[in-house]
Parts: sequence; C-alpha cells; structure tokens
Amino acid sequence: MAKNSAAAADSATVTMASALNRAMREALSEDSSVVIFGEDVGPLGGVFRITDGLTRDFGENRVWDSPLAESGIIGTAIGMAMYGMRPIVEMQFDAFSYPAFEQVVSHVAKMHNRTRGAVRLPMVIRIPTSGGIGGVEHHSDSSEAYWTHTPGLTVVTPSNPADAYSMLLEAIRSDDPVIFLEPKSRYWMKEKSEGNLEPLPMNRARVVREGTDVTLIAYGPTVSVALETAELGTHEGLSVEVIDLRSLSPFDDETVGASVRKTHRAAVIHEAAQFGGYGAEVAARVTEREFYHLAAPILRITGADTPFPAPLLEKFYLPNPERILDSLSTWQWED
Amino acid sequence: MSIDLATPLPNVLPDDAPFRLIGDTGKAVPPKQRKGFELPSIETLSLIYRKMVVARRWDTQVTALTRQGRLSTYPSARGQEASELGTVIAMRPTDWLFPTYRDSIAVLTRGVPTAEILTSFRGDWHCGWDPHEYSTAPQVTPLATQLLHAVGLATAAKLKGDPIAAVTFIGDGATSEGDSHEAFNFAGVWQAPTVFVIQNNQFAISVPYSKQTRARMLADRAVGYGIPGFHVDGNDAAAVYAVVSSALERARSGGGPTMIECLTYRTEPHTNSDDPSRYRNSKEVDAWRAKDPIERLERYLLSEGALTDADRESINAEAEEGARAMRDALNKDPVLDPLELFDHVYFAERPALKEQREALASELASRGSAGRTGGGE
Ligand SMILES: Cc1ncc(C[n+]2csc(CCOP(=O)(O)OP(=O)(O)O)c2C)c(N)n1
Repeated sequence: MAKNSAAAADSATVTMASALNRAMREALSEDSSVVIFGEDVGPLGGVFRITDGLTRDFGENRVWDSPLAESGIIGTAIGMAMYGMRPIVEMQFDAFSYPAFEQVVSHVAKMHNRTRGAVRLPMVIRIPTSGGIGGVEHHSDSSEAYWTHTPGLTVVTPSNPADAYSMLLEAIRSDDPVIFLEPKSRYWMKEKSEGNLEPLPMNRARVVREGTDVTLIAYGPTVSVALETAELGTHEGLSVEVIDLRSLSPFDDETVGASVRKTHRAAVIHEAAQFGGYGAEVAARVTEREFYHLAAPILRITGADTPFPAPLLEKFYLPNPERILDSLSTWQWED
Repeated sequence: MSIDLATPLPNVLPDDAPFRLIGDTGKAVPPKQRKGFELPSIETLSLIYRKMVVARRWDTQVTALTRQGRLSTYPSARGQEASELGTVIAMRPTDWLFPTYRDSIAVLTRGVPTAEILTSFRGDWHCGWDPHEYSTAPQVTPLATQLLHAVGLATAAKLKGDPIAAVTFIGDGATSEGDSHEAFNFAGVWQAPTVFVIQNNQFAISVPYSKQTRARMLADRAVGYGIPGFHVDGNDAAAVYAVVSSALERARSGGGPTMIECLTYRTEPHTNSDDPSRYRNSKEVDAWRAKDPIERLERYLLSEGALTDADRESINAEAEEGARAMRDALNKDPVLDPLELFDHVYFAERPALKEQREALASELASRGSAGRTGGGE
C-alpha cells in the first residue's frame, strides 16, 4: 500500500478531527457563502472540537453557536441555503439528529425535486456517528439507514483523515444536500497508511486492501475492523479484499461489483442493527446484479438487533475481527 | 407608520381586544384608539379591496371545481382574505413569503400565475412555480416547518446585508408544533427580519382553539421570546396591513422579528373532504360569516365615497378574468412526462436513477405509449 512513504508519514500526524477542521477552514476561506452553526460549535469548537478555532479565525458571522434545537438548526439552514448560503451544520451526536428528522426527510431531501430543480439546497449536515467510544445511551447510534432510505439525500462517511478532508470539501462544494457521517471512534486515530491514498471522488468506493477469497464491504467505523480481520485472516490462509464504501448513497455498484466478480463472496460489515439495515440493501443489490458470480449468499455481519447497549456491553454488540472470521468460516459456500 | 417600532417595545402582553382600524360596521375607529398606527390610504385600501374580491372569486371557483372532482383537494381561505391579503399587499416583491396549503390566495396575490398554483392541487407536481422568480416558497404541508425556513432565509439576507424581510403564515393548530417554538426562538435570538403571521381561524381541521392551548391568545407567546407580539382583528384588512407594514419596516431596518396573531374564522370546511357538522354548530359559522372582511372594507370605502359603480365594474371584470384564467388553465390537460419523475431528485446525476429512468422508458415504449399522457400542449 505505502507507495509514497513521505505522504504516509505526513498523514500519520493528522487525525480525522484535524482533517475535518482543515477542510472547513479551506471552505470558509474560499467561499464567503459558507457558514457553520450548531450546538457548541463556536468558541468551544464543538464537543469533539472539530470546529476548533473557527469562530476565532472567521468571526461570529461565519461560525456561531445556535440555540439548542436540532429541527431549528436544519430548518434555518434550509432557508439560508435557499438564499444562496452554503451552511454546514453539526448535529451534536447521532441520536440527537432525530428531532430534525422531519426537516431532513420532508424538506432537505425533497426541495430540489419539489421545485423541479429551481431550488437547490447546498448544505452539509455533519453527524458524529456510531459507537466504539463507550458512550452512554443515545451517543452511539448508527443512523445511516434512515437517511439512505430517503431519496434526495446524499450520504457519505469517511474512514480515515485523508478521505475526511477531501470528502468534506467535496460535500461542501456539492449543490446537493449531503449527510456527512463522521465515525467518532476514528476522530483521534492517527492513520499510518492513508497518506498515499489517491484522491477519489466522494461517490466512489475504494478498495483498501486487495484479496482473492472474500470481499468485506465496510464503511466508516468498520473499515478498520475489516482491515484487522484481513490481517488476522492471512494466518488462516484467507485472502481478504476490503472495500471502504465511502459513499452509502449513491452506492458504487461498479467497484463493489468488480470485487465480487473476482472473489465470488462478500460480507457487509456495519455497526447498525441488522434487520432492515443498510447491509440488507447491499446484499440484495449486489445479489441482483452479480448472482452468477456469487458462490455464496452475501453475509451481513452487524450489530445485534437490539438497541445500542450500555458502554460495558458494547464489545459484545459490535462486530469484531474474531466474530467476522468465525462467521466467514461457518458460511455456506461451495468450493 | 407613526408607531416607533425601532425602539424595543416593552415586553407586555398584547391587549385583550384585537386591534382594529375599521370596525364591524365599516366605520374607522377614532384616532385615539389607533395605538399610533395610521389608517392606510384610500388608494391602499382600494387596492386591498380589489384584490380581496378577486381572491374570493378565485377561491370560490377553485372550491367549485374541486367539488366537481377536477382538483384533488383545495383548502379554502374564504373569510380569511383580510389576513391573507392585508399581509401580502404590505410586502415588497423582494420580501419572501413562506406560505402553507391554506394560503393560495396570498400566493396568487404575490403574482404567481394560476396555472402554476393549481399544479399541486391538480396533482401534476408538488409545486408549480420557481420560488426565486416570485420570492415565494412552495406551499408547505408539514405544519410549522416553514417558519424555520423563513427565519433561515431572513438571517441569510441579514448576513448579506440585503434589506428584505421574510413573512410566514401559520395556523392556530400548527402553533402547537415544536417547530413553531424553535422558529420564534431562533428568530428572537438571531434578530432575524421575520414576520410571523398567525392566522387564528379557531380550528385545526376539527379541533378548536381551546384544545390547542390554555393561552388567552397566541400573541401572548411573543413576550416569552422577547419579541413584539400583536393581536389583530384578522377580518380588518386595514389593521392587518398597518401592523404588518410596520413590522416589515422594523424587520428590514434591523429591528428583528414580530409575531402577529390575526383573529379570524375558517367559515369553510377544512378541505372539500371535511364534514364540519360533526364538530361545530352552524350558528357560530353564520355569526362569523356576518363579519365578512370584504363587506366591512366595502362599507368603509362606500362611506368615503371611494367605491364607484365604475370601480365595481372594473373589479368584477378583473375577478371574472381571474376565474376564467383558472378554468382555462384547468381545461388544458396537464402535460405530464412520467420520465420527469427521475429528473430533479438530485442536482448531480445518479447512474442508479438513470437506470430506473431507462427501465420506465422501455416499459412505456413496450406498451406502445410515447411516454406522455394528456393531449394538450
Ligand atoms: C406535522 C403535521 N401533522 C399533521 C398534519 C395534518 N394536518 C393538515 S392541516 C391540519 C390542521 C392545521 O390547522 P391549523 O394550523 O389551525 O391551520 P388551518 O388548516 O386551520 O389553516 C392537520 C392536522 C400536517 N399537515 N402536518
């Protein structure tokens, strides 16, 4: 992977948090219509410090604390976008985006279609998402399926600092509204190997590790889990290909299809509960298109069909490399 | 406007009695009772009267056509013309309006062509006009959500230094929705140039005001948000116009938002499929019909000698012209392109949607249809 070691070393000093911050800085500098608001995103820099220093450097008219009301944040961002602004708003945590559900689903997603393209809503809704940080209740949800099931939304999620930077910039410049899911367990991780990542458009999936026996389809927080699984798998003689979807909606049929045609087996890994989850869509979609190339049903290795558990139980809920390897070994497939 | 709205109003509750400039009988209230507001000029009142008559005729025609099954649904604003038009006639073309399903006559008065308004009620598309062209947002159905859009747009205008305001209508029932609270509060904190016009028509479908709130009046809420609140006779176009005008001026000049409750009555069913006999008695309805806002203004104009037979003739001609335009628009078959279903979901192109579009295209082709329904073009 590490073809360009200088860049890799460079990226080792970069966290996803600082990469996101840098993307917003750049957007604020290059385009005066970009504004940022949300809960505590001002002087505090957000509870995760992703907007650190932005109010100080760009002023209260560009980056400010809004009243504490998620529907209000999304609803007012809609009006701003209608008037030519490019708002970036932060939902403080995944589960606290739910008060804004109506504004997102009924308006953010539908305004462009409703007005036959006359009104564009170029806005980014940043949502720190998923578990793995020992969060108390309501701080670890994976809400992607709610958004991906909604036509009109673009839903992306980076898994590493380099992608976080380029994808957020692209999301801000996009004329469509984007749900930007930030895997909070990755915020502070310094990536070693991502510095050499080729820039890739936001809507494309990336093969992050090549293999020949099975494709693990992961995104956001489960990409690193899949990579660990692949590493472990080599000891068992298993050659695992790992795909980082990056974009959940649209779905990159091409990249995933090509991989599956090569490995003939695929499993989707996500933290969210299984039933009716995003993995079901991936499994159905890939099966419909690649049925004759598949040697086994597409597997979903996911969080349990329970509410996200209390911190001390989270490790039993989340998919981990051992569980993934076990699932692969008990899989029905013909060789 | 002689009331000095530039200085912050004391945070006191609005008066119990709704503010009016012209009473039920069509007489102007004595200057002392005008609370510093001026009676709008005869020219303004004549214009409002004309537009109310035109709107009533239009609304009546849409209702009739809906009863005939030509439109899928139509929520009438009959009896609310003073609140609707007193508000929009006070606006400048550059101010933005955020209307609801109830406010078609306001949208009409903003200059949106009939055919483009009927688009959603007839069922060809969810919105028929380009909001940027008329500074008028699509009519919104999810209750109270549009208030936040108005606050956001107004805030954006303020940030850009554009001297415009956003006006939004909301019903009494919808003020129970959480978004209305969030909007009033955001507007107050951000001092957004927004005018909230609450049309208290006393019913939310079947549910009366008393089951929405214990509050004496909705305008009382303004105090809690630190913004001025007014309680206005919603059947007095002069009062609505005067209060909205000053609120707009204040908003455009940096004075922040205003909440205006217009007390009126929904004399028609909620929509054509409603049955008011199940929840209210017709005596109450008759009593409110007798307080008709158009007749009130007509009496005033007549007493001022400002409504001649020639005026009436020209107003009626304009009203009939409006009704005819609507019938014509409706008699034209809609031009529907089923493939347009896929065209506006995203600004950026999506391969998966293109596939679904092509699938529908070949489905239509194999059925021998050119993919277009309706004959008139
Ligand atoms: C969020 C939401 N809940 C329910 C409805 C269904 N609904 C449509 S109109 C209406 C009554 C609204 O009454 P009010 O706000 O007083 O306005 P009016 O119709 O009287 O003008 C209801 C319940 C809706 N449109 N949106």
